[in-house]
Amino acid sequence: MELAFVIEKFVLITVVFVLTLLVAMYSTLAERKIAGFLQDRVGPNRAGPFGILQPLADGAKMFFKEEIIPTESNRFLFIAGPSLAILTACIGSAVIPWGQKLTFGDYVVDLQVTDINVGILYIFGVVSLGVYGVMIGGWASNNKFSLMGAIRAASQNISYEIPMGLSIIALLMVTGTLSLKEISEQQSGFVNWNIWYQPLGFLIFLICAFAETNRTPFDLPECETELVGGYHTEYSSMKLGFYLFAEYINMFVSSAVMATLYFGGYNFPFMYDLGLSENWITIIGVIMLFAKIFFFIFFFMWVRWTIPRFRYDQLMNLGWKVLIPLAIANIVLTGIVITVKDLL
Amino acid sequence: MSLFYFVALLSIFFALMVIFAKNPVHSVLYLIITFFTFTIHYILLNAQFLAVVNFIVYMGAILVLFLHVLMYMNLNNEGSEMKSMLMKVSGLIAGMCLLVTLVGSMKTLAVSDPVNLQDADLGLVKNLGKVLFSEFLLPFEVSSILLLSAMVGAVLLAKKEPKSI
Repeated sequence: MELAFVIEKFVLITVVFVLTLLVAMYSTLAERKIAGFLQDRVGPNRAGPFGILQPLADGAKMFFKEEIIPTESNRFLFIAGPSLAILTACIGSAVIPWGQKLTFGDYVVDLQVTDINVGILYIFGVVSLGVYGVMIGGWASNNKFSLMGAIRAASQNISYEIPMGLSIIALLMVTGTLSLKEISEQQSGFVNWNIWYQPLGFLIFLICAFAETNRTPFDLPECETELVGGYHTEYSSMKLGFYLFAEYINMFVSSAVMATLYFGGYNFPFMYDLGLSENWITIIGVIMLFAKIFFFIFFFMWVRWTIPRFRYDQLMNLGWKVLIPLAIANIVLTGIVITVKDLL
Repeated sequence: MSLFYFVALLSIFFALMVIFAKNPVHSVLYLIITFFTFTIHYILLNAQFLAVVNFIVYMGAILVLFLHVLMYMNLNNEGSEMKSMLMKVSGLIAGMCLLVTLVGSMKTLAVSDPVNLQDADLGLVKNLGKVLFSEFLLPFEVSSILLLSAMVGAVLLAKKEPKSI
């Protein structure tokens, strides 16, 4: 392994990591601003112009608050919970292709940390691990409400992983590859975006993404009206901060995954017709990818402040009785269309 | 080479911790780490698909359910009741029988070198899929029927409950 390779990957990982944290940080501000907008309020506007320093103030507050660990709790697991939550949230972005190649002289940089040939499954695995942070934290708190939140989180994640996996299977039948890089390359232009081939699959994936990130209308694990604070009832200070922050990072990563899988990733319409040099296409592609990601993050927040929370039995019914049959029907339909297309 | 032995050591250590942990929830957590070390083994063997499926199915789904069920049962109280002597002795004998069987069957197998791969690309998705759907089609289908029947059985068991909430 040569030194240049190591440095390149190190820089790339650092940039992705910092960007993830930055986006997650400002998502907290954006959430409150959008909530304000939708409820006809102003939102935070005291810290800096337009409240732009608000996330820093919140972060500093989180760090300086008193930290309480309940005496009857399991100390090690109590700390491991939020650590796991933030760790699993952060490692998902490793396989996402952020752009095409950048060329500096004769040195080519691939704007993807790693292209493993099971990319989608890796993300799926990381998502399925995300629930451990919530479960371990909720159990270790030794509080009935926390435990209820943890159990809800577990059953919700398990239930919604199934339709998510099934919708991905339908997508894979179209793309024929598991590598996110190849999937991005296939969607060059505008008509090749997977959303045109898999609209139903995308809808199922989107709903499951809401459930997997514990966002409203699926935020039953932390349902304030029933469970005080759900799995993070006993948490304070930066540990609580980590849980809340992990949610925003999850939102960013799942937005990136949706943009990559269904909305062409870094591709944008007429990208090869404008007569731009390759580096410029890459740079505009990265900007376009982020535009798509920001749109999805906005969508997450829009839904949160529009739709009320589900009841728990409604949540389970939607998952098992609506989404799974729909996802299976989607697979069958995709299979029939592919077969007919091959015959013609 | 040394990496393999290090990970193998970790696997055995955490597998032992599964047995020796007093708290059942801790046992499951150690089991999760054990499965994670298995995932590392698969990656070392360049079996990426198997690794990630092990990751998703065992760590992400089955053990979440284990943990879920354990959290329902209030097994928090320390010092669970001691099992009777008969149980201990029968457990010991059964375990030893299993050990003897395993060691005996392992000895008849040709010992493969765990570090050097014969066909490095065998574990990649494309090759695995092709092999599964041509050479091993029958066992593959039979095992899927087995899974289906298990699923039907589970649904039947769950249906026996009276239909009130």
